[in-house]
Amino acid sequence: MLKINKWNVFFVLAVCLTAIYYIIPNIYGKSEVTALPKFLSQKQVNLGLDLQGGSHLLLEVDTKSVLKEKSEDLVDDIRKSLRKSKIKYSNLGSKITGAVVTITDPEKITTAKNSIKENIEKGILIEESKNKLNLFFSDEYIIDTRANTVEQSIEVVRKRVDESGTKEPSIQRQGEERIVVQLPGIKNPERVKALIGRTAKLNFHMLDPTTVELAEQRGKLPPGTFKALNADPTAYEKQFVVKKRVLLTGERLKNAAATVDAQTGRYVVAFEFDKKGAKKFAKVTTDNTYQRLAILLDNKVISAPQIREPITGGQGNISGNFSPETANDLAVLLRAGSLPAPIKVLEERTVGPSLGIDSIEAGKKALVIGFILVIVFMIIRYRVFGIVADFAIIFNIILLISMLSAIEATLTMPGIAGIVLTVGMAVDANVLVFERIKEEIRSGRSILNSIDLGYKFAIKTILDANFTTLIAALLLYNYGSGPIKGFAVTLSIGILTSMFTALILTKLIVTFWVLKLKPKRLYI
Amino acid sequence: MGLSAFLFLTKNLNLGIDFKGGIMVEAKFSEAPNLAILRDKIDKLQIGNSEIQEFGDSNTILFRLEKIDDSNMTQEQIIQKLKNELDDDTDYRRVEFVGPKVGKELKSIAIKAVLFSLIAMFIYIWFRFSGWQFGLGALVALFHDVLSTMGFFSLTQIEFNLASIAAILTIAGYSINDTVVVFDRIRENLVKTDRALEELLNQSINQTLSRTLMTSITTLLALLALFIFGGEVVKGFVSAMMWGVLIGTYSSIFIASPLILFFGFKKVEEKS
Repeated sequence: MLKINKWNVFFVLAVCLTAIYYIIPNIYGKSEVTALPKFLSQKQVNLGLDLQGGSHLLLEVDTKSVLKEKSEDLVDDIRKSLRKSKIKYSNLGSKITGAVVTITDPEKITTAKNSIKENIEKGILIEESKNKLNLFFSDEYIIDTRANTVEQSIEVVRKRVDESGTKEPSIQRQGEERIVVQLPGIKNPERVKALIGRTAKLNFHMLDPTTVELAEQRGKLPPGTFKALNADPTAYEKQFVVKKRVLLTGERLKNAAATVDAQTGRYVVAFEFDKKGAKKFAKVTTDNTYQRLAILLDNKVISAPQIREPITGGQGNISGNFSPETANDLAVLLRAGSLPAPIKVLEERTVGPSLGIDSIEAGKKALVIGFILVIVFMIIRYRVFGIVADFAIIFNIILLISMLSAIEATLTMPGIAGIVLTVGMAVDANVLVFERIKEEIRSGRSILNSIDLGYKFAIKTILDANFTTLIAALLLYNYGSGPIKGFAVTLSIGILTSMFTALILTKLIVTFWVLKLKPKRLYI
Repeated sequence: MGLSAFLFLTKNLNLGIDFKGGIMVEAKFSEAPNLAILRDKIDKLQIGNSEIQEFGDSNTILFRLEKIDDSNMTQEQIIQKLKNELDDDTDYRRVEFVGPKVGKELKSIAIKAVLFSLIAMFIYIWFRFSGWQFGLGALVALFHDVLSTMGFFSLTQIEFNLASIAAILTIAGYSINDTVVVFDRIRENLVKTDRALEELLNQSINQTLSRTLMTSITTLLALLALFIFGGEVVKGFVSAMMWGVLIGTYSSIFIASPLILFFGFKKVEEKS
């Protein structure tokens, strides 16, 4: 028999209060919300990057290059240990992950193996066949190396993003070798992207006194040197002959900052070495006074100053052809350190702030108008029951937004579309019930009986029908990316809240109305 | 259905950069630019194939650039080159780049998502209505919806992107919702009456018809508001949804239920 269930009333009231509790913080701005009293919720709906503007970047760390480097280092290690133990060898070379060497005297293969073993890392395995030694990285070693490389890269990227002054960035690992960077409200994405993408390997070499022209005349470079391009293509010296030996690296830097050189008035990057670095730098500058130093960033010469006097304080300036921005960027890169491996941008999605604001406005407008259209239509079609259904729609939206705030969901433009769509679809459950009630009345049952049966029959259909939509929404959530995920979230929550409002809330209202007013006929 | 398949096969989908890879820039100018001059300018940059079109209003232009794999330029350089060519006060509303690798991945994810959801719904209905005929009927109706939505995308040449996949899945969910309501009534009537199956199906469809239409109307009203006021970004998505609601309503009435008959469902099965 149709009656008001006390527990249902209690339940509905509890849900209402919870909804209000969670919806309040959304009235305030982001900064105001933290000032709210402690007993209030401070959770808000987050705006997605497509609504507040910002950049989403998917980066890939080229971990293969690290393994390649390690393979080349391995070749050096093998050469060193074999020379040390005076074992003759040939065909020494690196592979993609490992190295091979042929030992000339097959009898010495075990000695060779042992001497190499002492000098290499644990995860590198050695296999011998006849007089050949085959060194390769164990699977574990490869996995560890890749994981470490990605971890380090994330650290460096985080430092660089922080230094660039972006607020509330999110930097996360995705899959094996990918990094997702989210930069909300960013003003100059190109610059930050350029900062993130640079490997920024800083190396100090000595310049060879041989000029490039002279080397070209001779047809070969002096032994132990290589040709490096000038980082500034407009400079007078396009190329340099640089000694291969690395004297110092950027790892030894303690600090770096962009300043103006007091003498020349031009922008320079002042740097400071740590203790060990300062010592080494002092020795280098003492040994090579009046020669030219070569400072290389990512294998290009950014500065090649002459050492006028020994520098013992561990401080110096890099004076390239800098603008205030490029000097500052270089300082940021040096402070954050170099990336262990090159990084590639696989995907970028940037939304300007104006589009975000327009989208929010458009979304609000569509929501209000869609809402009014549906509400008016329902009243015309179902009269009193239409008003009940409209009440359910309003409550449904409140509930939906409060739940989105409670889980601090991210609202995206497709997400707003999902809310508007929910307005249209939320009436479905009510319509199912109302149509059923109508049918029962037509078949000659009493009003109370019809309402009771209407809800009873419709509930099964509603559950079945909504469950299938939920399947679609969950799969969307699982496979979708950012904005689409937002759509899936609002759609699934919308389905749940619409079931609640139709099956519990409106039933309560309808029951209450029928029991109190005892209408003789139902206009439905 | 045949027509959709035909359209789909003959007229290619206008794949967006989500699946094809490439660069998309939405720029708002202070005054409406001359498209021909603009096109000329961009062609001279030699940054690969480009497409230029108005987006929403005549001040807003959408650039779509194909990123060629073997080009030496990174996407940053290409975007920079484009920006250098345009006025300084241009408002860059959107810049998107999808690399070829990610494009391929997104494609396979999209296909998976659609297939899995179809299978999941098929299984759910099969179990819930204890008859494979119901499941298969619903599945065919779903295929019909998906295919004709694809046909819609081919015909209108609306960009087919990740949002389109969301539209397809929502349509599938919506359409199966309709189908379930009809099936539910069929199940109920099976127990109640002794009528012939054809008559019974007919009766069930009639009984649920007004609900099906009502829900479609309210959903369409909400979508209409989105279509007119929701902004350019969701327009493609919304128009596909509107089409889907129409086609989904039609398919659950005219395809899913009659197919139960076609697949030889016997009343005895249900009763036993």
